[in-house]
Parts: sequence; C-alpha cells; structure tokens
Amino acid sequence: MKDELKKRIVKAPNGVEFEVEPLRDYYCEAPPTVMPQAYSKIVEKLFNWARSESIWILGFGTGCGAIEMRPLMTPRFDAYRYGVQWRPTPRQANLFIISGYLSVKTLKRAIRSYEQMQNPKYVIGLGSCTINGGMYWDSYNTIKRLDQYLPVDLYIAGCMPRPEALLQGFEDLKKLIRAGKAEGANQYAENFEWYKANQKQVIKDWDMPDYNW
Amino acid sequence: MYEVDRSQYPAKKADGTLDIDLESGKYLKLWQGPQHPGITGNMSVELTVCGDEVVEGKTHVGYLHRGFEKLMERRSFIQCFPIVCRICVPEPDFNEYCYAAAVEELAGIEVPEMADWIRTLILEMGRINSYLMYMGGQAGSFGMGVISQWTTYVRDLMLDRFEELTGARIYHMFILPGGVRDTLPDGFEQRMEETLQEIEKTMQEVYDAMFCNAIFKKRTIGLGYIDPSLLDTYGVTGPTARAAGVAKDVRKDQPYLVYPELEFEAVTGVDSDVFTRADVRRRDLLVSVDLIRQILAKMPRKGPVMAELPNVLHWKIPRGETYIRGECSRGEYGYYLVTDGSGYPRRVNVRGPSYTHAVALLERLIVNVNISDVAGLMVSLHTYPPEIER
Amino acid sequence: MHELTTRLNKLFPLGELTEQRADLAFVSVARESLRPLLQQLRDQEGFTHLVLLTAVDWIEENQFQLTYLLSNRSEACDIGIRVMIDRDEANMESIHDLWPTAATYQRELKEMFGIDFPGSPRIDEEFILEGWVDLPPYRRDFDTLKFSEDTYAQRPGRETLDPAQHMKDQLYPVVEE
Repeated sequence: MKDELKKRIVKAPNGVEFEVEPLRDYYCEAPPTVMPQAYSKIVEKLFNWARSESIWILGFGTGCGAIEMRPLMTPRFDAYRYGVQWRPTPRQANLFIISGYLSVKTLKRAIRSYEQMQNPKYVIGLGSCTINGGMYWDSYNTIKRLDQYLPVDLYIAGCMPRPEALLQGFEDLKKLIRAGKAEGANQYAENFEWYKANQKQVIKDWDMPDYNW
Repeated sequence: MYEVDRSQYPAKKADGTLDIDLESGKYLKLWQGPQHPGITGNMSVELTVCGDEVVEGKTHVGYLHRGFEKLMERRSFIQCFPIVCRICVPEPDFNEYCYAAAVEELAGIEVPEMADWIRTLILEMGRINSYLMYMGGQAGSFGMGVISQWTTYVRDLMLDRFEELTGARIYHMFILPGGVRDTLPDGFEQRMEETLQEIEKTMQEVYDAMFCNAIFKKRTIGLGYIDPSLLDTYGVTGPTARAAGVAKDVRKDQPYLVYPELEFEAVTGVDSDVFTRADVRRRDLLVSVDLIRQILAKMPRKGPVMAELPNVLHWKIPRGETYIRGECSRGEYGYYLVTDGSGYPRRVNVRGPSYTHAVALLERLIVNVNISDVAGLMVSLHTYPPEIER
Repeated sequence: MHELTTRLNKLFPLGELTEQRADLAFVSVARESLRPLLQQLRDQEGFTHLVLLTAVDWIEENQFQLTYLLSNRSEACDIGIRVMIDRDEANMESIHDLWPTAATYQRELKEMFGIDFPGSPRIDEEFILEGWVDLPPYRRDFDTLKFSEDTYAQRPGRETLDPAQHMKDQLYPVVEE
C-alpha cells in the first residue's frame, strides 16, 4: 500500500491536527452492485434507446488506436452526428475505448478510470492486440485478453482499425444496447471477485484500494 | 507584468533536490496524465505546485512499453520489418527506413535508385502528417480547437495519398530491407499536387488564425526558453534545436537517401521559445511541401524498386554493428543494430528524439511555469511517448 | 576519422577499431580510460552530442557491452565507444555530470539490464516497468515468451507457425499416396 493511503495524523496550515484514513475518507469501500432493470419493460426499452443515442467516450488514449480517434472528431467522419462525443473525465463518460494493447502499467490506470465511470458503462476493445495479443503475442509487458480484466461489450478487429470500422462499431454497440445485451457493468459487479483476482495476478504491486471510485 | 512572490518556494537541500513538505499545505501534488486531455499521448507528469506555479516536475513514462527491443531479438530480420513501424504511431516510416537501412548496410545490399526516391517521398509525406498533427495539438493546448479541425482534415487528405501508395492509412509497412514494395500508382502526381495545394491553403489560414493571434502570441512568446548552450548537453535535436538558431538538420549535416540532389535550406529561428518552435515547424512543413514537388519532378519513372534478397527465411547477417540516423519531424531518429552472425538481430536500440526531450529537458523547462502553460510547453517539444519507452 | 583515432591512440590505449563507414567508427576501450576519453572527445575534439548510450548482452562471453555513441556535428562524423563490463557484477561509472541526459539512459539500463550506475540521479526509481519482479527483461536469459505464457491468460485458438516450416508446407505439400 502506498504511503499516502496509510492512516496518519495531518497538521493543517492553521495548526489543527486531525486524523486521515484515506481508504475510508477518500474512497468508497462498497463493491459495485448490479443495476436492476427498470420496473417495466417498456421503460427499460426507453432508457436503453436513450443510452444508445448518447455515447460519450472517455478521452483516454491507452494505445496507438487513439490516433484514429482524432479524424473521427472532424467533419470528414464526424462521429458527433451519431451522438458520439469525447469527454475529458471518467465521470462524464459512459464508453471506454481501450485503444490497443494495454501494458500492465496502463492496465492499472485503465481499471481505475473504468471504475470511476458512472453506470451504465460500456467497454470497446479496439484492435487485434486486445483480442489475443496481436503483434505483441509474446511480449512480457502487455496483456493478451482484455476480457479477463475488464468486461468487454464489443471488439473491433484490425491493426489498426480504420475510422469506418469504428463507426460501424458504434452502430453495433447501439444495437447491443437497445437489445439490452450490453450488460458489461453488471457482469463486472456480479463477477467482481473473479475480475479482481485476475487483475491482481497480473499487477504484482497492487497499491490501491480494491474498488476506487 | 505582475510580480511573483517566490518567498514561499521550497529551499534546496544539500544534494540538490528540493525540500518539499507536502503535509505543510503550501504545496500541492498534481498528476497531469495519463488520463488527462492536456497530455501528449499516454504519459504523465507529476507536478508539485506552489500557488499556480510549478516548482518541480517529474516525467513518468512506460505506459506504452511493449518491449520491442526484446521482441525483435526473437524475430528474424524480415519478421522484424512489420513490427518496427508500430514503435512510433504518428510517423511510423522513419522506423521502417532506419531499420531497413541498418540491415542493408550490415548485409551489404545495394538499394535501387528508384527505391531511394520513393523512400524520400514517403518520409517527407510522413513529416507533413506529423507536423500537421503537431499544429493541431499546439493550437488546442492554448484553447484554439478549431485549428486542429482544419489540420486534421488536410492530414486526412495526406493519409489518402498514403493509402493510395501503400494501401494503409497509419502503418504503411512499405519500406523494407532491400527497397520498397511498389512504384507510384497512375495519376499520383496530380492528386498529390491537389493535396499539396490544399495543405498550403490551410497553412495560410493557420498562419492567419494562430500565428497572428494576439492571445497565442502573448501566451507563447518567451515561454519555455531553451538556452542554445543546453542543446548539446541535453541532446536536443530537430526543430527544437533549430528554433534556438542552431541549424541541426541531419538532412543537411549527413545527407542520406536523395537529399543531396534536392534544394532546400534548414529552417532556423532565433528566440527558442514555444512560438518560435511552432513557427519553425510551420516553415519546415512548407519546405517539405516543396521537397515533395521536387521529388515528383526529378525522380526516375523506370527501374526496379527492390534489390535481390537472399532467401529471407534463412537469412543470416555477419557479425557487425552500425548506427543509422535520419531527420524525422521531431529530431534525430536513429537505429543502433548489432548482429552476431545468426538469423536474428542481437540487439536493436531505437533512439527516438522524444527520449531526451520529454524526460531530462522537460523536467528542466517545467520549473516556474504556470500550470495552464504546462500542456502547451509539453506539446511544443513535440513528444510522442511510444518512442520513449518502445 | 583515421587521424582522430591515431591522435587518440597516443593518449589512451585503444582496443579494437572498426571503421563501419567513412563517418562512423567503433572503438573499444578499457573501462578505466572511458571517462578521460569521453572528456577528451567532448572538450577537445568537438564530439559534444551524446547520441545514445545502450548495452548489448554477450551472454556467451559473460559480458555486457556498453556503447556510448558521440556525434560531432561540424565534422559530420560519429564515434561509438565500446566498453566491456563483467556480467555478474554489472556496474559502471555514471557520466550524468558530463551529459545530464545520460541519467535517463542509465535509469533505463539499470531497469532493463540490471547494470548499476552508482550516483546517477533517481537511478533506483522505476522508469518504464512497474512492479517488476523477474529478471531484467532485456537480458538474454530472460525468456519473454515463457514469461508471457505463464503470466497472462491466453485466448485459446491462437496458432503460432514457424515461418520456414510453414512456407515449406505451403510450397511443397506432402502428397498422400
């Protein structure tokens, strides 16, 4: 555990001393819970339609796929017309695009970013390297299967996938959401122990709380 | 001008580090990145701030480490060729060229003249792409989002030319040991000319909207000054060095490929601040546009593009070592290749210009910079994280 | 290039010299004379730019080769200095006071090869890897394939073919009698 996460006494600039326990004070200890369906089917359908039409992407370029995001924001491909836009912080986003290989160091940050996102949330694995390692199948520092560590709703294959492939991917994700099949976040909550065990197996120096949000 | 009160700033300890007591409440630790809009790619800077001024900055890299140098030791010489371009995403062709040239030198392969011309053409096209991306980032880091819309649009046109020539948008895998994969398609020159005209038009607009903008000038002039005496001690190359008035340009200093036959001057600036670096890159982009025109006018149209290679499945290269360098859009890009007589490279070391710029130099420049200028300063060094950690 | 090496040879005992190109030469020196040689090259001969500092693992000879590549811009030539150090006690004198940027290279070498440079700033901090517990990964005896198979979950169904064998099977298929 990192030093700044340990329980300690802090002296404020005005001289008052108080106790800080970061794990309890700054983080939520409760594990994620499964989000129940709406009370009626038709309302759930309406919700899903609304969710599918406002996909907000977290602007975290974890790998080289991030370079094809930029053309998508410009008039030529213009993903905004499908209700897709990029947000700078995880609190405002509901789609996390893992744009390529994840090194162990980035995986740690990706998990934190994912857990900070609000429900309902979705994950797209972009590129062959998220599917089975791709080019980096024998690399010592990249994970080979993204769905072991984060719940993936959709994969887009290719190295590197073209912007058109991404647009098609957004459309497919919308169909999944409307059909109520994009249940990655609930899956993560249900199998929380399994995901955490997988993550800790790879991240040897786990120095953060189990659930950061 | 406003007076900065530095009385609260941390004192230096005997070993040169700063005496920062975070619990005192005077200082704040801020992480810029890796998940942050104001960072160049996937890296992070750990800032310690006092008020809104940075007193210490530490670069953290390694988020994109895939271990290329290790992976290449396990792959035969021809198997290395498709993976090297993945080392640097926005300008992958330099990896292909440097790797191919290093292998050719050690294996003693003579490259056909036509291949050299096409290689130069590809490298210049890649340079334009990279500069256009930089322009958008530099403007965006000072709040001018629309400039990056324009430059991304013309970059896309250039990617179309790439696609036409090589079949891919980002990773071209076109320059391989022995030559290049193909000749130019029919009518390429004319479509290229249209693209170049569009780029020139856009760059004029960028000049009007960005370089003549009072706010941009006010924020960038004088920011991030690099003393010319620091260039060698910090290993600074490329436009960052040229903006300090030193005409460091590998294309001129140690000409490679067909650069001796082309007419151009190394672009230099005087003031060595963020504004000058942006201006040097803008002018260098126009030089590249001119170079592409010259290449298309002068290049031969006939002849082979590929040398005879031995059977690549059993290709062994005698023991030796070499270093190949080229001038990419960020500075000197080099490959150090060691072979040991087997069918696999013994060691490949990639020398990316961002390696020195983004770590040692940035940590020095970032001190006493306002937090809001950190992003702009970082972009002005034109760093691409994947080539730092490979 | 030749004049330079003759001149240097008078001052320091130089080892094997390889003239790779007209503008690039590699020279071996003993580890004691590295620092005076670098200072001489930097201050007197105009090799002011440290291009790279890297290591090569010659595991058969139980040695690491450190390569210091210096560049002289006005003469447009480069010289690479090879220093052989023992693989078991891998440590070397730091040159971060000559070139501050060398500290970055030395941090990487410490992490990736396990070569220690005592006194170099932040040498013990993690640079690229995080929470690494195995051998330094760029050493030849570290097997990246085995490590990745042991550590990471693999997706079943992936096939790895030996290129030579695969081409042979493709081009000369075995005809069944």
